[in-house]
Amino acid sequence: METQSTYNYKVVRQFAIMTVVWGIVGMLVGVVIAAQLVWPDLNFGPWFHFGRLRPLHTNAVIFAFGGSGLFATSYYVVQRTCNVRLISDKIAAFTFWGWQAIIVAAVITLPLGYTFGKEYAELEWPIKVAITVVWVAYAYVFFGTIGIRKVKHIYVANWFYGAFILAVALLHIVNSAFVPVSLFKSYSVYSGAVDAMVQWWYGHNAVGFFLTAAFLGMMYYFVPKQAGRPIYSYRLSVVHFWALIFTYMWAGPHHLHYTALPDWTQSVGMVFSLVLLAPSWGGMINGIMTLSGAWHKLRTDPILKFLVVSLSFYGMSTFEGPMMAIKTVNALSHYTDWTIGHVHSGALGWVGFITIGSIYYLIPRLWGREQMYSMKLVEAHFWLATVGVVLYISAMWISGVTEGLMWRALNSDGTLTYSFVESVKATHPYLAVRVLGGALYLSGMLLMAYNTLRTVTAGRAVDAKIPAITATHHA
Amino acid sequence: MSDFVSDFWGIWISVIVIAGLLGLGYLLYSQTKSVVVKGDKVEITGHIWDGDLAEYNNPLPRWWMWLFYLTLAFGLAYLVLYPGLGKYPGLFGWTSVGQYKKERADAEAKYQPLYDKYLKQDVKALAADPQAQEMGKRLFQTYCVQCHGSDARGAKGFPNLVHHDWQYGGTPEKIHETISEGRHGQMPPFGAAFGEEKVKDVANYVLSLSGKHHDAERAARGQETFKAICSACHGADGTGNQTIGAPNLTHPSGSWLYGGTEKTIIETVTNGRSNQMPTWKDFLGEGKIHLLTAYVWGLSNNPRAPQQQ
Repeated sequence: METQSTYNYKVVRQFAIMTVVWGIVGMLVGVVIAAQLVWPDLNFGPWFHFGRLRPLHTNAVIFAFGGSGLFATSYYVVQRTCNVRLISDKIAAFTFWGWQAIIVAAVITLPLGYTFGKEYAELEWPIKVAITVVWVAYAYVFFGTIGIRKVKHIYVANWFYGAFILAVALLHIVNSAFVPVSLFKSYSVYSGAVDAMVQWWYGHNAVGFFLTAAFLGMMYYFVPKQAGRPIYSYRLSVVHFWALIFTYMWAGPHHLHYTALPDWTQSVGMVFSLVLLAPSWGGMINGIMTLSGAWHKLRTDPILKFLVVSLSFYGMSTFEGPMMAIKTVNALSHYTDWTIGHVHSGALGWVGFITIGSIYYLIPRLWGREQMYSMKLVEAHFWLATVGVVLYISAMWISGVTEGLMWRALNSDGTLTYSFVESVKATHPYLAVRVLGGALYLSGMLLMAYNTLRTVTAGRAVDAKIPAITATHHA
Repeated sequence: MSDFVSDFWGIWISVIVIAGLLGLGYLLYSQTKSVVVKGDKVEITGHIWDGDLAEYNNPLPRWWMWLFYLTLAFGLAYLVLYPGLGKYPGLFGWTSVGQYKKERADAEAKYQPLYDKYLKQDVKALAADPQAQEMGKRLFQTYCVQCHGSDARGAKGFPNLVHHDWQYGGTPEKIHETISEGRHGQMPPFGAAFGEEKVKDVANYVLSLSGKHHDAERAARGQETFKAICSACHGADGTGNQTIGAPNLTHPSGSWLYGGTEKTIIETVTNGRSNQMPTWKDFLGEGKIHLLTAYVWGLSNNPRAPQQQ
């Protein structure tokens, strides 16, 4: 059969394009809500109020932009490293249309005010059910393809993608357990401190598996490919993989320090958050050291710049995270903008950069071109994004530490030195800098959209032939 | 879903935590046993994927390995010293409740005398004392601004404190009582009893009481209802009754708790109102309440009190 001799690039192309589209949508909403915090008059009516747009921003960026990027790259990587076409084109197509329908449902229902009320799990129960169905289909396509692979060994990128798919299924199903009261309203089956614990077990592992393990899978394919160098250490990847996926599962309680959660549970969360430092850095080391012998390529290759800088931000935020999980540091950082800065050094710096770099790698190959329409624009995108992230996170660091110190400052009579509103006033300039940083990052995405459009229109959709297997593949 | 109150959970998790930490240590150890001699060439593992993807098998970086061991050792030590393994309390005996109680006791011991020394002084004298006023202002900015606003001018449903139009009385004694005991203000709904037309008539009469723009014909009709029903609480002349917290409807200050438009008054008469200020005596204690009383009293009585914007 003709189709059996090529890889299925169609679904990869679809997801790759939607990664760019949802990236722009999600980041635009991000810039809007950042602006609403600086100029509250921008809160129009109930539909475009901060409270409703904020979950739209997080869902669009994590699940629409990040999710589409992960579908695109995992389908591409699993086929090419298994030397086999996806197990089912139809089910792969179903995951594409299903995932897009879920995102559109989110874009409609969140501004209308339908919410389950759990962070990063806001979508109401009919959409939750749809997510489960699409996810099971995704697992079938991914693991089914692994199952029919023509290469004996499973490449390290696929371990990470596989762990991500399994863990997200578990997290989603347990945290979303609901009791429906109407077609668009349901309640969590858990209550009180248990509900909070389940939520942050989910919430932190959404970071751990959706935003970390999965993107490490991306890293393990696109960094060595773009650098043209072998992975630094197989042994290191074994240790940090198993350590990472075990340890992440226990770190969630650090979101609930000094709350009604029992002390011992908080301690377990803090200990494992600290233990996470080395396994996280294992991935960074393996990525960065892969470049030894190819450092000169960084000067000329903006795609490699995206990939390597993403690893730097990954290393930085996975150092920052364990530090913030220490109770005494958390007492200062919790509830402040510092947390927002931390999340965005991970989201914009790590997830955003690695995805953008990988998509720039993919687009020309999917449309039969040598490279992107303009590498100068890729370079410009890199600098806009870098300056954007740096402005964003430094503004949030200053703002967060300012808030933390102002909230705890005491007068000589034991009263608070500052009222809450004074801390809001003090952070105002930094909130404005954040809007600027976010706008720069968004403008980079617009360049990417234009560059992608020109590359795609100049090219022609191609499905690469599956090469014959050499002896080394079987070894 | 039951709370995780049975001992089983603590034991179960503790077993996983300890086995997990030791297991991570073993995983790390198992991959560091064979050390590549310096100078040896590191070979790729021999597996190739997708044409050119290969892997070296470099040893784990030493500094990274020690960093990992260090975090594991820290974790174990922490779990020995602090509560982290089910019911085991940890050698330090630390608890978050214990920390809170200690910090609170230390603060009370340090700061309480500062407040108590003012108890001997009369509220009016304190209102003229700049230092007492400063402390009162800080207390107000900490505990009261959430409802009454940082300028003490209130908001819809939260009384304005800078005028003389007191709902429960503005004497030092009454202000003290309000802060200590809290207040629960209630007006019953009259929508069903009066009907729409009558409510509108009463609302226009209420508007006329404070000289606001109103429909004279309706106000005249409303006056009858007011005298028969509303006067029981608000008084025949509409000046209210501070013992039960019925507002003065002639509004000499021009300030309305829920708003003074015809629409809002109709809403108030139709649906009634229910509102509560919490009691503060247990939380703040006598010393702080005394200073707050002086500060709030001073807001509307003290010519030297700083008028806040």
